[in-house]
Amino acid sequence: MTPATGFDIIAIGGSAGSLPVMGKLIRAFPPEMKTPVILVLHRLKNVHSELNKLMSADRQIIEPEDKEQVKPGCIYLAPQNYHLLVEPDGTFSLDYSELVHYSRPAIDETFFSVAAAYGRRALGILLSGANSDGAAGLLRIVKNGGTGIAQDPEEAEFEIMPLAAIELSHKIDVMRTDDIATFIRSKYTNK
Amino acid sequence: MVEDISNTELQELIYIIQHQYGYDFNDYAKASLKRRFVRFMSHAGVTTLVEFKVRLQTDPAFFRKMVEYITVNVTEMFRDPGFYKLLREEILPRLATYPIIKIWHAGCATGEEVYSMAILLQEAGLLERSRLYATDMNAANLEKANAGIVPMKWMKDYTHNYIQSGGRHDFSDYYTARYDSAIIHPSLRKNIIFFQHNLVTDQVFNEFQLICCRNVFIYFNRALQEKVVSLFYDSLATRGYLALGMKETLLFSKEKKKFEVVNGPYKIFRRKL
Ligand SMILES: C[S@@+](CC[C@H](N)C(=O)[O-])C[C@H]1O[C@@H](n2cnc3c(N)ncnc32)[C@H](O)[C@@H]1O
Repeated sequence: MTPATGFDIIAIGGSAGSLPVMGKLIRAFPPEMKTPVILVLHRLKNVHSELNKLMSADRQIIEPEDKEQVKPGCIYLAPQNYHLLVEPDGTFSLDYSELVHYSRPAIDETFFSVAAAYGRRALGILLSGANSDGAAGLLRIVKNGGTGIAQDPEEAEFEIMPLAAIELSHKIDVMRTDDIATFIRSKYTNK
Repeated sequence: MVEDISNTELQELIYIIQHQYGYDFNDYAKASLKRRFVRFMSHAGVTTLVEFKVRLQTDPAFFRKMVEYITVNVTEMFRDPGFYKLLREEILPRLATYPIIKIWHAGCATGEEVYSMAILLQEAGLLERSRLYATDMNAANLEKANAGIVPMKWMKDYTHNYIQSGGRHDFSDYYTARYDSAIIHPSLRKNIIFFQHNLVTDQVFNEFQLICCRNVFIYFNRALQEKVVSLFYDSLATRGYLALGMKETLLFSKEKKKFEVVNGPYKIFRRKL
């Protein structure tokens, strides 16, 4: 029951071992895809510059400021030390309160807000990681009618994070990186 | 356990709070406020939304605890040292030309930001002729701020921040250590006054050369930010400064034309006319 015309938001979360996968997915986005993308990564040093290196030059990664409008064609990265939330009015808000799963930003927090604001028009993707942040968030996205994908634990460098999500619901699809990329492309290129 | 609340339920909570206690959370950022409510319920061991509403309506002490909890009061001394360095090097020398320097810390939480400012002013030789007005909507925060006691366990981090901000003195000269508390030196406190002020509902009360309102706008939606920017504009002297938190900006505001950007990354603005 995914919308035929693609999604209104794509939220991707990951921790240890997810950076190369994120780079791969971003490079695979079709040029005509204008859906805004939100990336949430746990405390890794220099995430921003590392990500930029992994990507093609035509897409830039933005760390949004508080109440910045979520804009088509943009890729956003949750800034260090804040939870990144999307408001129902299509702006970002930053939240400086307590850590969740020992981290700030927490993937769960972003996913919860995405589920509430976008409902069935949301795609959530959870990648490799060594703790269970993001699982409850991905479940919420699926519960609210959106689409949830977990990276195949067999392929993931650290399986804990995608496994935690898969154990919560059979509605969460399990895919390898290449298949996630193909799935996304299929949503934008078949028209 | 309540995992999520709908927008309608959120509206109901806001309504109850407004009608019973007069606090207006209507224009707080929704996703963020929701998250605070949900976390408070689990923190307070409230298991259903009905129970939450009943307790809010019947137990004022519970309500106060809730306000304290949802208005996150995380703060630090010399938070973002680069910001304080800028104040030291660029802003204070300009403020030094005023006979009396008036500064407003709006949303001062437990006071760490204000005491940091007092230290800067002291080192610039300006504290004697400065007046610091420190306000917050949360009375419990103000009480702590007014006591001038900072948990000792953070002093190591604060000393580090202080040095990074360009501080050259012995940081421990500014407080007395007593068990697990650091008591801020009374000489730093004498020109500070703390009082309750709610940025949503209260008015202009003086004119300032500098307003610091850091990490408060993130709670507000754009409309409310807009309103508070006007309040600050009206509270600033011509060419007075406004400092926001590192992730906050005036640039989405219609009022932005009335300000110039003094420093982009550190979010320091200046009232034009
Ligand atoms: C995260 S703290 C910021 C403390 C300090 N300025 C800093 O940057 O470290 C936010 C403070 O804003 C206060 N606050 C929230 N809404 C407010 C309002 N409507 N009026 C005044 N203060 C408010 C909260 O009570 C809290 O103490």
